[in-house]
Amino acid sequence: MIEINEAADLQTTDLVRPNGQIRVQRKKGPPTAPLNPEKEAAKKRQLEANRQYGRGKGINPRSIRDKKVRSNLKALEDRYQDASLKAKDAEILLENSSGFLQPEGELERTYKVRQDEIQSDVGVETAKKGFELKLDGLGPYVQDYTRNGRHLLIAGRKGHVATMDWRSGQLGCELQLGETVRDAKWLHNNQFFAVAQKRNVYIYDHHGVEIHNLDQHVEVEYMEFLPYHFLLATIGKAGWLKWQDTSTGKLVMQMGTKQGTPTAFGQNPYNAILHVGHQNGTVSLWSPNSTTPLVKMLNHRGPVRSLAMDREGRYMVSTGQDKKMAVWDIRTFKPVHEYYMHVPGSSVSISDRNLTAVGWGTQTTMWKDLFSKHVSDQVKVQSPYMAWGGEGQSVERVRWCPFEDILSIGHDKGFSSIIVPGAGEPNFDALEVNPYENVKQRQESEVRSLLNKLQPEMINLDPSFVGKLDTASNKQKQLEKDLDRKTGAAAERERIEELKNRGRGKNSSLRKYMRKKGNKNVIDEHKMRVMEMREEKRKKAKEAKQGRDKEDFGPALGRFARGAG
Amino acid sequence: MKIKALSRSSASHQAPGSDVARQPRNLDPSQHPFERAREYTRALNATKLERMFAQPFVGQLGRGHVDGVYKLAKDPKALDRFASGSGDGVVKVWDLPSRDEVWQTQAHENMVKGMCWTNNQQLLSCGSDKTVKLFDPYNTPSKSAPTATWLGNNAFTSITRHRTDPTFAVSSSSISLYDLTRPSSTPTQTLAWPTSADTITALSLNQTETSILASTATDRSLVLYDLRTSSPLHRSVLTLASNAISWNPMEAFNLAVANEDHNIYLFDTRNLSRALNVLKDHVSAVMDVEFSPTGEDLVSASYDRSVRLWKRNQGHSRDIYHTKRMQRVFSACWTPDNAYILSGSDDGNIRLWRSNASSRSAIKSAGERQKLEYDDALKERYKHMPEIRRIGRHRHVPKQVKKAGEIKNEEVRAIKRREENERRHSRKGERRRRSEREKMVLATEK
Repeated sequence: MIEINEAADLQTTDLVRPNGQIRVQRKKGPPTAPLNPEKEAAKKRQLEANRQYGRGKGINPRSIRDKKVRSNLKALEDRYQDASLKAKDAEILLENSSGFLQPEGELERTYKVRQDEIQSDVGVETAKKGFELKLDGLGPYVQDYTRNGRHLLIAGRKGHVATMDWRSGQLGCELQLGETVRDAKWLHNNQFFAVAQKRNVYIYDHHGVEIHNLDQHVEVEYMEFLPYHFLLATIGKAGWLKWQDTSTGKLVMQMGTKQGTPTAFGQNPYNAILHVGHQNGTVSLWSPNSTTPLVKMLNHRGPVRSLAMDREGRYMVSTGQDKKMAVWDIRTFKPVHEYYMHVPGSSVSISDRNLTAVGWGTQTTMWKDLFSKHVSDQVKVQSPYMAWGGEGQSVERVRWCPFEDILSIGHDKGFSSIIVPGAGEPNFDALEVNPYENVKQRQESEVRSLLNKLQPEMINLDPSFVGKLDTASNKQKQLEKDLDRKTGAAAERERIEELKNRGRGKNSSLRKYMRKKGNKNVIDEHKMRVMEMREEKRKKAKEAKQGRDKEDFGPALGRFARGAG
Repeated sequence: MKIKALSRSSASHQAPGSDVARQPRNLDPSQHPFERAREYTRALNATKLERMFAQPFVGQLGRGHVDGVYKLAKDPKALDRFASGSGDGVVKVWDLPSRDEVWQTQAHENMVKGMCWTNNQQLLSCGSDKTVKLFDPYNTPSKSAPTATWLGNNAFTSITRHRTDPTFAVSSSSISLYDLTRPSSTPTQTLAWPTSADTITALSLNQTETSILASTATDRSLVLYDLRTSSPLHRSVLTLASNAISWNPMEAFNLAVANEDHNIYLFDTRNLSRALNVLKDHVSAVMDVEFSPTGEDLVSASYDRSVRLWKRNQGHSRDIYHTKRMQRVFSACWTPDNAYILSGSDDGNIRLWRSNASSRSAIKSAGERQKLEYDDALKERYKHMPEIRRIGRHRHVPKQVKKAGEIKNEEVRAIKRREENERRHSRKGERRRRSEREKMVLATEK
């Protein structure tokens, strides 16, 4: 009896338990010691390495219960970390650093620098890379570089096609086709090129001999070549998108965009998805694996004129007839910034180091830092990086030369190659694309790339899906094995029943569901039903309240209750 | 204004007049798009190439035997010498590099039941004519008489020798140990399980724990003996009799037994009540089994006319070797360099196989080796992908084996179904399910 009283008398607080024991709060794990400077530096280095060479977020092995899986994953994770660190260390072997334009005073502006100033400042070898071809009367020119940037293909609207090794100034072949040429494209190397002519697409070899007539491609407006898949993608006046395998000659897929004549076309080099700009200002994304566009986005109020994606597949820049240049994040499909121009941009291109060139009217403007992968909030750039033109030639197409600080501009009076410091990737990987390859190396890399040819089925918005576990379809399979499962309307009813039976009030399951899914701009059937139900619920509650009011007011005043009418 | 534009000289990448081009690398992921998909494609190609180059059969040794080959024995001190014993009592010794016979004799009047090499590279053979004979194939010409003979009371079934001592053990209805240095002497020791009187079929002395001896008998038992105390240690009875025993050379406490019920059981001798692993794929009795010198793989010879290769820790075989003319296979063994396999079959031929069907033993350049290693890593990484798994696992199996496998599957399923039905209609807990690894152990005794 006494003991109980004593226990009751004892004051219990946060620090003292009811039995009198003093609570001691211990932190889990050992006491934290400050990192020594060496460890800190190593950690920082690892972070830096992961930022550039990491392959996404790692797995925390400690969160895994299974001992075997945990140790396997830990070993794997360690190997990833080690690899990125070693790649970072290998940076010491990179030979070249990128070019730049650097103002020395407050008043200097990079966009005021003219080509002749640059040519007088850089070495003779580099200065020679800026040149002009006067080709009057054969109509606005389009151009294309081979993947290693060594060979140039130019094609005039009136049927003049020429290839050249532009650095040495050697002409490869020259053709006068005598009919309209809308686009020209190199295939996987400098041995073949495709030309979109008046009616069909033709493939020529490096001597200019016609070797194929692709008669399934009719009135093609634009072409793209997907080098890793060996696919030539074309889109014609009727809006039919076609993928032709250039290694087997098979037409892989064709589908109608159903949006009329396309106004812009481009490939995302990161995932080989094709972007098509339409008359109504939308851009649709296509892969050969789905007959409907993967994504449709409204970029412009008016036809899209041109579009370009950066090589890491993060951003898209498009220009439209509405005189806008829009920068989009194509991972989240959200606009980043919009820039206004005096004249609609006719062509846009993004270089390896993310310089954006826009051709508009007779001018070309180069922008720097329109987007950056390392910052979350993109800044709106106030002034361009460089400018060119204004001399009466209307720009048809701008293209960056890979691995060089060179921008090529095709216009109605010929072709210009200008020097833009800081545009090109300074360090190439010779086993991937080699600008200095010799014949033997070219042949070897052709064989190797044919062996490693990717299948068209591997084209996806996320190119790293290959090799991942397909948990979704496994789940689906497991579900299908269950013979007692409910299907169709019954399943839907069950899902909604489940929602219905959870509590009411502020955190009702309906509200929670809406809150969680509501901000996403996706309307599916389930959500429609939920919204309907919510509306019904609200209506019922309102009616009930009216009924209550009417009763409260009594028989005489009942008619004044709201909604009693 | 500071201006700098990229300039590289082409001469720095390939000096004029030289044919060696520099190949600078840049590991930036943005320069290597589609890395996953390309890696997967390479892995798929590597798998296909591996299957394309899979040619396990190298050739046969000489002209084989006149009767079936029932025993093979490798000389543990030489890479190239093998002995084979046939049903008509002839023993031949083979040279592996030339694949030719170097020595032969009519050793026994009847079947050669067991052979082994001694420490000084002499050959012991035992037969069903109740004799054990010692030959010296290295130093005597063919058809020479044995240097020593031991006589027993019954037909001998198997022979094994001690790692260090000049002792060998032979089995008939009991196990007798003889002294090698005393020709035609009586056994120095006799071992038997007290209650069993059946014929002992296989015998094997552990080469690491040198005084441990394992035997299997027709009474379905697997018995362990200790030579130091000259007493049996342990006995476990399996559902069917076993045909061969092989000790793991790397983990001396583990052994494999080839069983009549088409399976191979790996046992830990410290716990014989359950198997470490059950290797299932054969569709007929397994006649012989041997661990590879690395202790990671096994080879088995079966009555279903095929040789199978296994990984120690996987339940199904990694490869099956067969030819149109190969009959019941009675013996198989690894070469000591782990690269080849020999099989002796009923048709009298001794066949030489690669232990890895797609490997080649020619000298490889550094580039080739690197490529093969890279391919192996890729295959390992993407082994779970359905296409790669399908291509990597696909084997052409002889029609009768495939058919027998289908019938066997049907039977196994029927048994399982019946057991489940019985279980469903009996009191709960009365018929427990038994683990597949302990099902075949009927009893253990100490």
